[in-house]
Amino acid sequence: MGVLNRVAGSKLVARLGVKAPVDRALYHATRTGFTAANRTFAATKKLTKPSRLPSAGDSGVFDLTPTEEQRMIAETVREFAAEQVRPAAAAADDKCTPPPDLLRTAASLGITLVGVPESLDGVATERSTVTNVLVAEALAHGDLGLAVACLAPAAVSNALVLWGNETQQATYLPAFTGDDVPAAALAIAEPMPLFDPMSLRTKAYRTPGGFTLTGEKSLVPLASSAELFVVAADLEGRGPALFVIESSTAGLSVDPEPAMGLRAAATGRLALSRVSVPESALLGSTESYVDCVRLSRLAWCALAVGTGAAVLEYVTGYVNDRVAFGEPVSHRQGVAFKVADIGTELDGMRLLTYRAASRAEQGKPYAREVALARKLCAAKGMAIGSDGVQLLGGHGFVKEHPVERWYRDLRAIGLMEGAVLV
Amino acid sequence: MINLEVPRKMTTLVDQARQAAMAFLRPNSRKYDQAEHTYPEELDTLAALLDGLSASGGGAGAGGVRRSSRGSKSGVVNGANLSLTLGTMEMCWGDAGLLLAMPRQGLGNAAIASVGDDDQVARYKGKWAAMAITEPDTGSDSGAIRTTATRDGDHYVLNGEKIFVTSGERADCVVVWATLDRAQGKAAIKSFVVDRDTPGFELVRLEHKLGIRASDTAHFRLDNVRVPASNLLGSPEIKPDQGFAGVMQTFDNTRPLVAAMACGIARAALEETRRLLTEAGVEIDYDRPATTQPAAAATFLELEADYEASYLLTLQAAWMADNGKPNSLQASYAKAKSGRSATDITLRCVELCGTIGYGEHELLEKWSRDAKIMDIFEGTQQIQQLIIARRLLGKTSAELK
Ligand SMILES: Cc1cc2nc3c(=O)[nH]c(=O)nc-3n(C[C@H](O)[C@H](O)[C@H](O)COP(=O)(O)OP(=O)(O)OC[C@H]3O[C@@H](n4cnc5c(N)ncnc54)[C@H](O)[C@@H]3O)c2cc1C
Repeated sequence: MGVLNRVAGSKLVARLGVKAPVDRALYHATRTGFTAANRTFAATKKLTKPSRLPSAGDSGVFDLTPTEEQRMIAETVREFAAEQVRPAAAAADDKCTPPPDLLRTAASLGITLVGVPESLDGVATERSTVTNVLVAEALAHGDLGLAVACLAPAAVSNALVLWGNETQQATYLPAFTGDDVPAAALAIAEPMPLFDPMSLRTKAYRTPGGFTLTGEKSLVPLASSAELFVVAADLEGRGPALFVIESSTAGLSVDPEPAMGLRAAATGRLALSRVSVPESALLGSTESYVDCVRLSRLAWCALAVGTGAAVLEYVTGYVNDRVAFGEPVSHRQGVAFKVADIGTELDGMRLLTYRAASRAEQGKPYAREVALARKLCAAKGMAIGSDGVQLLGGHGFVKEHPVERWYRDLRAIGLMEGAVLV
Repeated sequence: MINLEVPRKMTTLVDQARQAAMAFLRPNSRKYDQAEHTYPEELDTLAALLDGLSASGGGAGAGGVRRSSRGSKSGVVNGANLSLTLGTMEMCWGDAGLLLAMPRQGLGNAAIASVGDDDQVARYKGKWAAMAITEPDTGSDSGAIRTTATRDGDHYVLNGEKIFVTSGERADCVVVWATLDRAQGKAAIKSFVVDRDTPGFELVRLEHKLGIRASDTAHFRLDNVRVPASNLLGSPEIKPDQGFAGVMQTFDNTRPLVAAMACGIARAALEETRRLLTEAGVEIDYDRPATTQPAAAATFLELEADYEASYLLTLQAAWMADNGKPNSLQASYAKAKSGRSATDITLRCVELCGTIGYGEHELLEKWSRDAKIMDIFEGTQQIQQLIIARRLLGKTSAELK
C-alpha cells in the first residue's frame, strides 16, 4: 500500500484506499483443465445504453510530456515493477505461473480501473490509450511475462468498455472494478505458421439461439485460471469477430502451452469444441475487431519498450563493471556502439508507440502508425534482446542474469496477437 | 499531453514548404545534378520567399535556430527549431542539394544564431554564411584542427587550409574554426566570421561529388587573413574547463537539421517506390502481418518503420531545443538513426524498383546518392555513436575514444 500513498489525492487512490486484499485460490497453470473457482456473472443494475469514453482532445501542440496524472500513474507502476515484479520474475518464469499475490496487488493498483469509465465504477473520463501504454511499458520494465499476466484481465475489460453493448457491460464489467478482479484473457492467436488474425481458422456458426464455435487458440495468458475469455472467431457470413465466453461454458478445454518465453503469464492452449454461446456473446462489429487487433499489437509494442529499457539499463551497468584486457569492456567501440544502438533504437520504438497511442485516443486513423510501431518493435526489440545477451558474453547465457529471459520474452514481439490490449 | 502530430499552427508552413519544394526544387533536381557547379538561379526567387517567411516569424530560415523562450499556455513551446525542422524535411523531399545551396540558409548562419551575440547576429542578418571546420588532415577529430588565429591589435590573423566547405564559394562569409593556441587543446578553438572578399582568403577548387551536386563544396587556403576581433563568435577567453562547449553547442541545433534532411530524402524515395509498387500490383496492407504479404511489401513496411523512427527522433530533438531542454543525446539519436536509415532506405528502394530505380529517368538513384552524405557531415555515424555511448555509459572522451 506504500506505493499507493504516492498518488494520494488522485481519484484512483480514493477508490482503492479502502480495499482489503481478498484471498483467492492458487492457480496452477501446469495442471490440465480449469482451476478457476467460477463466479456467476450477472447484471446487478441495468444500463439503458453502453457507456463509451469520449475521444481525448487534440491539443494541436507537439508535446512529449505526459500529463501530471499519467506521470503519477506511471511512476507508481514503475515502482511496483521494481519492488515486486522484477524480484518475482525468475521464479515465475521457472514455475510457469505468476504469484497470485502479485496479480492481486496489480489489480488493487487499479490496472483495470484505469480504462473503465466513471459511470461504470472505473476512473476514466476519456479514452486514454497513452496512459495504458505507459502502464504496460512500466510493468514490462519489471518483467514482460508478469506484465502480460497482470494486464490480461484489463485486455478483456478494455474490450468490454470499447465495444460491449449495455448488457455485456452490465454483466461483466462490475467484476473488473470490484475487489476480486477475475483472471480473464483475450484469445486471438492460433497455432499455425503465418497466422493472420484477419483470416481465422476458429469458426463461429449461427444457431437458432446464438452461435457455435469450434477451433483452437494459442498462447492464451492465464488460460487455466481465467473465468472469462474474449475469443476471436470467423463468423460465418461476416468475417472475424469477438465473442465473450465464460470459462464454465461446455466444450471449452485448456492445456498448458508453455513457450520459449512469457512463461510467467501461464500461457495455455484453449480448445473450443462446439461451444454454444447465446446471441448476446457477440462483441462489437467488424470494425471493432480490426481495432482490437491494432490495439493489441500496440500493447505488445509498449511491452517491448519497457523490456528494452530494462535491457539497456542492465547492460550499461554490466559493461562498465566488467574488465577485460585491462580496462572496462565499455571502453571498446565494439561494445560501446552496441549500447549506443540499443539507446537509439529504443527511443525510436518508444516514440512510434506513443504516436500510435495518441492518435488512437484522439480518434484519428492509426492503422499505419500501429503497423510501423509493430514492425520496428519486433525487429529492434529482438535485436536489443540478442545484444543484451551478447554484451554479457557467457554470463548472459546463464540464468544468473535476467538477459537470457529478456531474450526469450522479446521473441514474442511481432508474432503475438491478442492477450494484451491498450 | 503526449501528441506527436505536426502542430496545428505549423500545418500551413509545412504546406507552403511542400508547395515550394514541388514548384522550385523537384523540377530542377536532375538539371543541377548534371550541371554540377552551375549556380541554380531558380533558387533566388525561393530564397526571397524564405527570407519573407522568417521575417514574418514563419521561421523557415536557418537564423531561426536561436533558442527561444516563448511559452504557450500549457508552457510547451512549438517554436523555431520545430518549424525549421519540418520545413527542412519538406524542402529535402524536394531536393536536398538545392536546399543546401539555398542562399542565406547556410550552416554558418546556424552557428552565428547559436553562439553569436546579439550584435553579431544583427551584423550578419541577411548574409549567407558557410561553415569551415574540416581540414585536409582532420575531420571527425575537430579538436585537432591546425588553422591558427593570432591576435594582432584589433584583429586576428588566420592561417591554414579548409576543405569541404558547403556553399563556400557562393556564400557572403564563412565561419572558420581556428585555434588561438594549439598547446591549449580544444578550449583554444574559436570560430571567426570571415568575409569572402577578405584578402588572403583563397578559393583553391570545388569538389566533384557522389551526390548533392547542386551544392558546392569548396576548398580554401587562408594566407594571413585579417579579421576584426569582433568577428570572433562567443567568448575570446580560453577556459580549459569549458573545453569545446562554446563551438560544439551549434551541433545540438544543426544535427537535427541534417537528420531532417535525411528524413526528407527518405520520404521522397518511399513515396515514389510505393507509387511504382502499386502500379506493379503490390499492395501494402497495414493490418495484415508482413509475413503474409509479398516480400516487396514486407520490405517496404520495414523501411517505412525506420523512416518513422528517424522522423520522430528528429522532431523530438527539435522540440527539446524549443523547450530549453538539453538535447545533445537526442540530437545524436536523431542524426545517427536518420543518417543510416536514409542511406539504407534509398538504396533498397532502388533495389525494389529494379532498373527503373537505377536509371536516370527517375530520381530514385539520385536520392540514394544524395542520402549518403547525411551519414557523414555534421559528425559521421560513428561519431554520433561515440557521443551517444559516452552519454549512456558516463564515459569521457579519454576513456571511450
Ligand atoms: C559534401 C560535403 C560537405 C561538407 N560540408 C562541410 C562544411 O560545410 N563544413 C565543414 O567544416 N565540413 C564539411 N564537410 C566535412 C565533413 O564534416 C567531414 O568529412 C566529416 O566530419 C568526416 O571527417 P573526415 O572526412 O575527415 O573523415 P575522418 O575523420 O578521417 O574519418 C574517416 C572514418 O573514420 C571514422 N572515425 C573517425 N574517428 C573515429 C573514432 N574516434 N571512432 C570511430 N570511428 C572514427 C569516421 O566515422 C569515418 O568513417 C563536408 C563534407 C562533404 C563530403
